[in-house]
Amino acid sequence: MNEDSNSIGLVHSKRAHFDAPLPLACGVDLTTWDLVFETYGALNAACDNAILICHALSGHHHVAGFTDSDRPEETLGWWDNMIGPGKPIDTNRFFVVGVNNLGGCHGSTGPASINPATSRPWGADFPVVTVEDWVAAQARLADYLGIHAWAAVVGGSLGGMQALQWTIQFPKRVRHSLVIAAAPNLTAENIAFNDVARQAILTDPDFHGGHFYEKGVRPERGLRLARMLGHITYLSDDQMAERFGRRKRPGAGSYGFDVEFEIESYLHYQGDKFAGFFDANTYLLMTRALDYFDPALTENGHLAVALKRAEANFLVVSFTTDWRFSSARAREIVNALVHNGQNVSHVEITSRHGHDSFLMQDAHYHAIVRAYLGNISS
Amino acid sequence: MNRPDFDVIAGWVQPGERVLDLGCGDGTLLARLIETRGVRGWGIEIDDTKVLAAIGRGINVIQGDLEGGLAGFEDGAFQHVILSQTLQAMKNIETIVSEILRVGREAVVSFPNFGYWKHRMDIMDGHMPVSDRLPYAWYDTPNIHLCTIADFDQFCADRHITLRERKVFDESTGREITEEHNFLGSLAVYRITRL
Repeated sequence: MNEDSNSIGLVHSKRAHFDAPLPLACGVDLTTWDLVFETYGALNAACDNAILICHALSGHHHVAGFTDSDRPEETLGWWDNMIGPGKPIDTNRFFVVGVNNLGGCHGSTGPASINPATSRPWGADFPVVTVEDWVAAQARLADYLGIHAWAAVVGGSLGGMQALQWTIQFPKRVRHSLVIAAAPNLTAENIAFNDVARQAILTDPDFHGGHFYEKGVRPERGLRLARMLGHITYLSDDQMAERFGRRKRPGAGSYGFDVEFEIESYLHYQGDKFAGFFDANTYLLMTRALDYFDPALTENGHLAVALKRAEANFLVVSFTTDWRFSSARAREIVNALVHNGQNVSHVEITSRHGHDSFLMQDAHYHAIVRAYLGNISS
Repeated sequence: MNRPDFDVIAGWVQPGERVLDLGCGDGTLLARLIETRGVRGWGIEIDDTKVLAAIGRGINVIQGDLEGGLAGFEDGAFQHVILSQTLQAMKNIETIVSEILRVGREAVVSFPNFGYWKHRMDIMDGHMPVSDRLPYAWYDTPNIHLCTIADFDQFCADRHITLRERKVFDESTGREITEEHNFLGSLAVYRITRL
């Protein structure tokens, strides 16, 4: 079966407005806020076939289908290979919800939104949001959509952390949690990468302490560096060797510092593309949310104690070449759940694509997700 | 394939127990134990295709290599750890036996008995046994540590492992063997413990 032939088609985003204050972990109450989201498929009469897709650092609500009929390939959702009619997350069966998290830069309330207290963009004053805050906001969206309990919450990377957090924060509102390419917290090495990325942004002269909107500039150099660094860590050494090796660009060997190797060209392209649309303050917020996530922290480091409240069944997926969120870290989640006697499966997918594997089309990976969801009754 | 060891194992586990099935394959045994005995079960399997099949039937399966031991599972975490017809294919027997007795209060181990009379006949004829139950030629067999019932008894005695029970079958007839286990039995199933 050719899964690509089954697109959800043209999709439109929706907006939910909330006036009930959202208390954030940092102590600030967000008094009025919006979430943009997309939905695919139909919610059944029992409202028990809904799946929430949580996005990672640079993701958003546009998960599947396309937003422009004239340019379907360029406007494809970031997980279109996974979600659609007949795809592993099958929209013929499930009502799938994609949401842009608070602090994002794709339409939900974030640093570029107007702060009602000052009538100016929030900028650097936007409160630091956490995974817990996002899950609380997503729960309000579930209320808004009439969904009491998700059939499944699914996410990769930072999205996987949200899928995990859901089971702790709202144990009765999630029946299955698919935690993909994720970890129970970041290692020091991971926090270190995030710090370098943030420093690139914070020290860009165009950053202006996060209030660059009103100056009419954007800290693109910092964002570009942050993305280049991040991108290196999302790939694997093998994959880079295979895809770029030591291949050179035409005119290389000039004994200068212009782009000479293919890998340089690729990284510059990725950095430029990202810096062209992503918000620097959002990048800071997303990386900090990653750093802070640590559900075991309040339990003296005992993840099993933190997970004891969970009532969901779990599918944990990791990838052999993912060195940012390794299989060993995924096993910490698995071991804690087994310790508690909870239902969990762990699949380690053989893949060359490093951390980015979770976004790739891979027959076995997709078969696993399809098989797991095939057992979910709705 | 008829698996008389599965019947025995189903009789030995108790409802509500936590069971770990090592080399669980497509989850056939665990599915049966969950359905008929009401256990809470997890399996470990390394093969992608089998892991997919186990996920497809809704079994808890953890993909991993048993050769690395069972690090991550606590002492006595399971009432029963099952190693069914897998022991003979493992590299490090000492490690896995010690690990199953660490994480399980009781272990169930089954293996093909190399002392079975038909295997002895094959050796007498000058060839390694190849049969329905040991279907591999000597050069491509995954069964690198075949042993007899007498060998396994000795292995356990030397390590002060308690043999709680042993059941032996002749798979060609499906019958349980009540005497001359090491000669008449093709399949042995043990309950062993350190307690």
